Amino acid sequence: MTRAETGASLLSIRHLRKEYRPGQPVLKDVSLDFPSVGVTAIIGPSGTGKSTLIRCVNRLVTPTSGEILFEGQDMAKLSGSTLRLMRRRIGMVFQEYNLVDRLSVIENVLCGRLGYVAPWRAFMRRFPPEDIARAFDLIDAVGLSEEFATRRADALSGGQRQRVGIARAIMQQPALVLADEPTSSLDPKTSVEIMELLAEISTSRGVPIIVNIHNVELAKRFATRIIGMTGGAVVYDGPPGGLETAHLHQIYGGEDFL
Amino acid sequence: MSVPRVWQRFTLAERIARAILYVCVVIAVVWSIRTIEVIPEFLYDAPEQTADLFSRMWPFDWAFYPKAIHAALIETFHIATLGTLIAIVLALPLSFLAARNFVSNPLLNFVAQFIFVASRSVNSLIWALLFVAIFGPGALSGVLSIAFRSIGFVGKLFGEALEEAQVGPIEALTAAGAPRSMLLVKGYWPQVEPAFWSIALLRWDINIRESAVLGLVGAGGIGVALDAAMNNLYWDQVGLILAVIFAVVIVTEIVTSSIRSRIL
Repeated sequence: MTRAETGASLLSIRHLRKEYRPGQPVLKDVSLDFPSVGVTAIIGPSGTGKSTLIRCVNRLVTPTSGEILFEGQDMAKLSGSTLRLMRRRIGMVFQEYNLVDRLSVIENVLCGRLGYVAPWRAFMRRFPPEDIARAFDLIDAVGLSEEFATRRADALSGGQRQRVGIARAIMQQPALVLADEPTSSLDPKTSVEIMELLAEISTSRGVPIIVNIHNVELAKRFATRIIGMTGGAVVYDGPPGGLETAHLHQIYGGEDFL
Repeated sequence: MSVPRVWQRFTLAERIARAILYVCVVIAVVWSIRTIEVIPEFLYDAPEQTADLFSRMWPFDWAFYPKAIHAALIETFHIATLGTLIAIVLALPLSFLAARNFVSNPLLNFVAQFIFVASRSVNSLIWALLFVAIFGPGALSGVLSIAFRSIGFVGKLFGEALEEAQVGPIEALTAAGAPRSMLLVKGYWPQVEPAFWSIALLRWDINIRESAVLGLVGAGGIGVALDAAMNNLYWDQVGLILAVIFAVVIVTEIVTSSIRSRIL
């Protein structure tokens, strides 16, 4: 039984196709369903469309054809302010953290509220008190102490920056979090800590996370579901335990990497 | 034993082209010297004339400073500062239009860039001649000519700073559902703020110098006093004015570079 038949999916991707250059699809007819719980890891070699896939979900990339049904709306067809309002419901964590370097940590976290607060409030740095209280709580929750709040983002280490990136995504109170290679710029130990944090937040806050990752071990350790992609198509979709060596051969090609 | 392999930086064609270029440079220099028609008597006379000029300038007519120079100096400051402020106010919106990553409409980009080029291609003195003809002599013409010359400078440099802003943070704020105005305030502005202050200070520094000569065409400031003193052959006043301009330029240079080093 596929997840679509359970009827409980938060996000349904239907026949998604993306061509950056006509006739050269990066994604070929991808259909996937995501329930509103759990960590899903998308694994696969570089250039296989993992990043394009999750960027289509919040429309940082516009798909060529197909549907992306999220909370009753087809994200693929939205534009303008409707798209902007839907984007608030989806948090995103980036490989290069994408913090605003010259702003303080707490202001970066508060940037997660920019879709909600009135522009003059953000302009005057008069965020609502409840947002500020939540920002402090989140800075604690991602493992940074209060003293970090007023520090400039560019004064932080990679792992600390990624924690701020996660806090910013959660600050949106999202229904879904997308993480695009969140550990690829980090050392192995920090990578594990960040994946632990993402898994813990997914459970404790009840928010599903879709994470692109090329480290198979990390994916198997922290994900509840693994999607293997190669050449723009899904070739494995199931629990981590079901991922066999044969699957990895198919996903990555050859066996030299094992 | 094998033939030693040779390496030459240029191909034969390149070497011939460079040789031709050298010959052309020499021809150009000789030709220019013949065209400007140096009068030998005046050239040989120059050191003597220079010494004579300096001896007429010294001692300075110090009493002239409170009488006329001080007020003109303050006016020069005002022309430079007001002109820079007006230029910034006019150039900022244009530079957002010119930045191709912020406005993706080639026509608007072109219009903004055209205004910058038009502004920059005319020297402040030429702008001043135009404005003196329109508004008559005085500080207003000076302020406007400084402003019009500076729009292109500030706009071009600030527009380029905007184009160099990293896309990552902008992408992150877009993904969070931030409206366009907030992309500008929280995404672009923090990234380009040091460049903005640096450009504004640099232009102010340049404008202090430029507004000192605007008076030569009647557009107000210390240049008016300089023009009058030179026409009257009061070399002790000319010397004092030149020394004051020199001192002011040094002081603004020190002030702006110390502020710049602190904000960057």
